Amino acid sequence: MSENILVEDIGNEYKYGFVDEVKPVWKAEKGLSRRVVEAISYHKEEPAWMLQFRLKALEIYQAKPVPTWGADLSGLNMDEIYFYAKPTEKRDAQSWEEVPEAIRRTYERLGIPEAERRVLAGVGAQYDSEMVYHQVREELKRQGVIFVSIEEGLRQYEDLFREYFATVVPPEDNKYAALNSAVWSGGSFVYVPKGVKVELPLQAYFRVNTAELGQFERTLIIVDEGAEVHYIEGCTAPVYTTDSFHSGVIEIVVNQGARSRYTTIQNWPHNMYNLVTQRAIVKKDAYHMWLDGNLGSKVTMKYPSSYLVEEGARSDILSIAFANTGQHQDAGGKLIFAASHTGGSVVSKSISKGSGRSSYRGLIKVYEGAKHVKVNVECDALLINEESRTDTYPYMEIEDDTATVGHEATVSRLNDEQIFYLQSRGLPEDEAAALIVRGFIEPVAKELPLEYAVELNRLIELEMEGSVG
Amino acid sequence: MANELEIRNLHARIVDGEAILKGVNLVVPKGQIHAVMGPNGAGKSTLGKVIAGDPGYEVTQGDILVDGESILELGPDERARKGLFLAFQYPVEVPGVSNANFLRLALQAKRGEEVSVSEFYAKLQKALETLEWDESILTRYLNDGFSGGEKKRNEIMHMMVLEPTYAILDETDSGLDIDALKLVAKGVNAMRGPNFGALLITHYQRILNYIVPDAVHVMIDGRIVTSGGPELAMKLEEQGYDWVKELAVAN
Ligand SMILES: Nc1ncnc2c1ncn2[C@@H]1O[C@H](COP(=O)(O)OP(=O)(O)O)[C@@H](O)[C@H]1O
Ligand SMILES: [Mg+2]
Repeated sequence: MSENILVEDIGNEYKYGFVDEVKPVWKAEKGLSRRVVEAISYHKEEPAWMLQFRLKALEIYQAKPVPTWGADLSGLNMDEIYFYAKPTEKRDAQSWEEVPEAIRRTYERLGIPEAERRVLAGVGAQYDSEMVYHQVREELKRQGVIFVSIEEGLRQYEDLFREYFATVVPPEDNKYAALNSAVWSGGSFVYVPKGVKVELPLQAYFRVNTAELGQFERTLIIVDEGAEVHYIEGCTAPVYTTDSFHSGVIEIVVNQGARSRYTTIQNWPHNMYNLVTQRAIVKKDAYHMWLDGNLGSKVTMKYPSSYLVEEGARSDILSIAFANTGQHQDAGGKLIFAASHTGGSVVSKSISKGSGRSSYRGLIKVYEGAKHVKVNVECDALLINEESRTDTYPYMEIEDDTATVGHEATVSRLNDEQIFYLQSRGLPEDEAAALIVRGFIEPVAKELPLEYAVELNRLIELEMEGSVG
Repeated sequence: MANELEIRNLHARIVDGEAILKGVNLVVPKGQIHAVMGPNGAGKSTLGKVIAGDPGYEVTQGDILVDGESILELGPDERARKGLFLAFQYPVEVPGVSNANFLRLALQAKRGEEVSVSEFYAKLQKALETLEWDESILTRYLNDGFSGGEKKRNEIMHMMVLEPTYAILDETDSGLDIDALKLVAKGVNAMRGPNFGALLITHYQRILNYIVPDAVHVMIDGRIVTSGGPELAMKLEEQGYDWVKELAVAN
């Protein structure tokens, strides 16, 4: 099947577009059905309750209409998608040697094992539908840090898993959360015990190789009282002529006094539908940051959310979206304040280039009785070309009048005077434009660990090639 | 090969708009500093921007030559790489872009090769020392929130690090107090030498007390109407521009 699919020639625009010589050991039939859901559960040797959960979620998915309030999803055809492809028999290998060679080569090409040695506390690598590698530094294991695939989380820590799974994002939440609940596969299970501070980031890396395969990872992160963790997710896929689909669910519980960060640098090829539900529950005096970088894809709909449910909880959502020609980035964030003395901010920076369109969609909700909430929203859009487009949908539901709410939105165009100024000092026009864009996202990018900031800058430069003039 | 920046019968207009430069003739030999003076609206900044290649203007007639070679077909960045530099009358703010990081990129672009951090830092140090400035200016975002004086001083710092062959300084003196003016002049004088030429655009004679020009040209309504030595600047200071305007009409 996949041999017949042509790899689109888009030159050096997307450098991760190479196809690996890897065939899945097992692949579900195309399309979504009860039989497919049962097969996924069977292959994972799941307990009965999980199969029941999946089947119920499938019903919810089927009952919900395709949302029409956001990006255009009419091109997404579920009958043309594989919902599960198993890359290898061995899940969660603990050394790269145990990962099949062709897959390992891909991760080496992407620089993952090297980054693991240098700057990460642990790495999880998902290939198609399964995590093929998962490892965390020995000293963290000794402190009780759990960092395994979601499947191993269910198998080895069923009680803990069941206590939290689908409590943050229930299948009823939205159509694609329901879909993910039915067919989820891969993703991480993270538990950081009380008081343990994981200094270096944990990174999960998602690679889709099989053509027409949907990826439906599910990640559950529990940061216990006073603990700290930074989880980073990155993704790439080959470029095929047919559209692809990614729909993840991320659930995070940040317990009292804990601090967590979830960073995404998504860089999908330009024909990916990317519909992700990310949500955190933030408890007393705890803090959570979403740092969300969305590049590539055809359509992205992604609104990381934080629910501040106990006093003193805080959360910041920082996001960058880059919509190039043919792309719609519908992104933003939600902050829900359900307790007093909570606070947070949303900083959104979007860039639209060519005919690209970026939308900021955000919700700030302060429940009645949640006293002295402080929240600030800043969304800035930068348009590169005449035909580039942006729009904002900033929803505010402020039910308590003790809240302090700030909101600022700007739209600017790539400024000719800035370009000329930088050019007159010797920078070529493209580089000048890329530098201005980098400056524009700097307030968000400076929060990234150095390696990722460098990578993001490089990606922006690639996206900006041939942009002006 | 001619060792000079030559402006030959230059006519230029705003793209799809009115003509501003109406036949400018000017030669700045390498090793000399020439002043261009003139009332507001004479076209001085336009001259600087057209030389630097601002795409907002189009040249309709004449030529600009660097060391005998026409640069009209070159983009602004290519002109910079040929050794030109324009210190802007109104330096542009670029938020989020660090002053020093940008300057290093510019130097690398100009040279077409990597410049080591140590070499770059040494150049910065030297410029800062001359300008009696501290390092905090380096990590700030380019011109973002700079005071008027800081912006002007920063332009001179860029010039000192990029080491152009021909620099055009557009009213770098205006809006500076006397101490800042002296520092800017110190920076320009430090560049002086056989391999550096400059066109000092100014409205006032004041800066010429500190940077003594080899020649002074007066621009009115898009043309150089008279030229002379430093004494011409003194005369303008005392008598204003009216007599030259009459001269322009007479021409
Ligand atoms: N981009 C522009 N758009 C509109 N008018 C311009 C533009 N550039 C220059 N001008 C006009 O051309 C004339 C000369 O301007 P300028 O070169 O800035 O003069 P100077 O620097 O000598 O004060 C002025 O009347 C100015 O308004
Ligand atoms: Mg001027």
